Amino acid sequence: MTVLAGMDLLAVRRRQAIEQWQEKVSADLYVTVGMGTCGLAAGAAESLAAVEEEIARRNLKAVINRVSCVGMCSYEPQVELKAAGRPHINYGQATSANVPEIFAAYFDGAPLKNAVEVGWVAATETRHNGGSLRSLVFNSPAAEGAPGADQGDQRIGFHAKQLRIVLSNCGLIDPESIDDYLAQDGYSGLVKALTTMTPEQVIAEMKQSGLRGRGGGGFTTGLKWELARRTQRWPKYVICNADEGDPGAFMDRSTLEGDPHSVIEGMIIAAYAIGARYGYIYCRAEYPLAIRRLQIALAQARELNLLGERILGTDFSFDLAVKEGAGAFVCGEETALMASIQGERGQPWPRPPYPAVAGLWGQPTNVNNVKSYAYTPRILRMGADWFRSLGTPGSPGTAIFALTGMVNRTGLIEVPMGITLREIIYDIGGGIPNGRKFKAVQTGGPLGGCLPEAYLDTPVDFDSLCAAGAVMGSGGMIVADETTCMVEFAKYFMQFACDESWQMPAVPHRQHAHARDSGAHLGRRGRAI
Amino acid sequence: MPMTDGNGHDSGVDLALMEPIFEKYRDQPGALIPILQQAQDIYNYLPAEVLRLIADRLGVSLGKVYGVATFYAQFYLERRGKHILKVCDGTACHVKGTPIVLTALEEEFGIQPGQTTPDGNLTVEIVYCMGSCALAPVAVLDGKVIGRVRQETLIKTINKHIGQREECGR
Repeated sequence: MTVLAGMDLLAVRRRQAIEQWQEKVSADLYVTVGMGTCGLAAGAAESLAAVEEEIARRNLKAVINRVSCVGMCSYEPQVELKAAGRPHINYGQATSANVPEIFAAYFDGAPLKNAVEVGWVAATETRHNGGSLRSLVFNSPAAEGAPGADQGDQRIGFHAKQLRIVLSNCGLIDPESIDDYLAQDGYSGLVKALTTMTPEQVIAEMKQSGLRGRGGGGFTTGLKWELARRTQRWPKYVICNADEGDPGAFMDRSTLEGDPHSVIEGMIIAAYAIGARYGYIYCRAEYPLAIRRLQIALAQARELNLLGERILGTDFSFDLAVKEGAGAFVCGEETALMASIQGERGQPWPRPPYPAVAGLWGQPTNVNNVKSYAYTPRILRMGADWFRSLGTPGSPGTAIFALTGMVNRTGLIEVPMGITLREIIYDIGGGIPNGRKFKAVQTGGPLGGCLPEAYLDTPVDFDSLCAAGAVMGSGGMIVADETTCMVEFAKYFMQFACDESWQMPAVPHRQHAHARDSGAHLGRRGRAI
Repeated sequence: MPMTDGNGHDSGVDLALMEPIFEKYRDQPGALIPILQQAQDIYNYLPAEVLRLIADRLGVSLGKVYGVATFYAQFYLERRGKHILKVCDGTACHVKGTPIVLTALEEEFGIQPGQTTPDGNLTVEIVYCMGSCALAPVAVLDGKVIGRVRQETLIKTINKHIGQREECGR
């Protein structure tokens, strides 16, 4: 197969996929059901059955798309309806019992009793450098004075300040359909890299974008790739760190469940850039749905020769496998993670040597987080200048947070870097429930930091959070209110650190954790301080 | 230490069930962890004779296999209950009431996290974060995720699930 034939076959498939997509979304009735882990836990599978029943009962011609998490977890399960000549509406609390009233509200104008109208859905499209990015936007219900309506911005509060790049496909496409991904310009970043760029140019583009690793460290991704490319030993490996161990963090899970192909495409591009032949996605065992959807996506990518021998007819060959974790927080650390892939105890080893020099099985290895890989195809197809124009000069692009704890609207959010903590907690999260007072917000997981009210106007970017004494981390953001006892909170984190750090080889680390734990224990006065 | 069931008999572990797994991972580097995972799927825990067999077939020491099996929280060297309840004590769940849920479970079933009821029906385990924090607190009963857990309804669900007596007031 020549390069042209391989690329041509993909282009034909993409044209078909776009046609199918347009047919699907302009069906007489287009329905989506959010089937991420959160949605399923809230009863989405039962909702789907109820939707099918209602469609049959009303004798409607409908297409149902099983999408993943759109990010508004507090409204789960969620169902969207879009009929010809009617608005596209997202409904929350769409449990199976509430599905009939949703259909009655949508088609007959009956009032909603238990379900809620979350917003009117529109798709926005950004184009740059010949690439495109389509994303969902949720506008306020047309009703005047509806709660959540923001002045001057048509978007509902939860969405008003968001900017979705990595999450653009989440909730929009069926994550188990490669055609849905192709129809959103998927794999065109890879095609661009393979047909018009040398590996060095790909690395230069990534460096130019200023993307910093989203696992928490914030090291420049392009620079990391360059180090791995420079090491002249083969085979080389690329690894995706999907061992999202911080409690309160589920950005990576949602990305993998909602848009697995974007991560795979990013990894293939990284492999091309550094010259790797094999790769692994190391995913925690606690994420069975993410693992299943990855396996499906990998099989689909192999079938279209996006993975395997001579990808799309080029000289570049690469394949990927999923490795399931076995329950060890420390394996989120990259050297421990590699030990685990090698089938050993997941104990970290001291660096240097860095993985770019000697990683998996002693070979040069590039390890990035899920989100860093998911940004990659978008940066390639839209261009480094586009990415660089978003966020702040020191931290370009967006930040993704799992916003949980004591806020009114919990969920998964993607915001431009530089937004303040106050905007996230109050404007997007809708503030603290029951009129209670804010006490602290924790970023960066148990080993990160808690910031009190005085720091709420801190801009969210790698350097500002660090200067404030917290860390960006990988994206958990947990809000505590006045009912949370900070001593008990601290004790809980020390307990977590003790439980998880016995796996560390260094005795001082463990003793330190235990000493601090007992200190917190003594300090407890039995009331919230 | 010989593995025995509650009656003191040998557990009668059928080692032949391991053969397809060894076949699947033949000559694959780093296969120890997936082999242990799949062995545990079969036996519900990792019996000593299975660990010995794995060491033998992979050509590594029993010490190495034991070292890996005891490192990861996912592996169990003792038989677990017929039903497994995992209660999440990740940060969001902790803030939203997991400690209260655990206390209620202890009162109802008489076991703490990590223990199994004497009748062998239920094991309660703590996990740190299932990644469903917005539905906190979260529990997983035999693989089914339950969100927004409240202790009364969770206990009812468990009792119904394991087919024990129906909940009749506390």
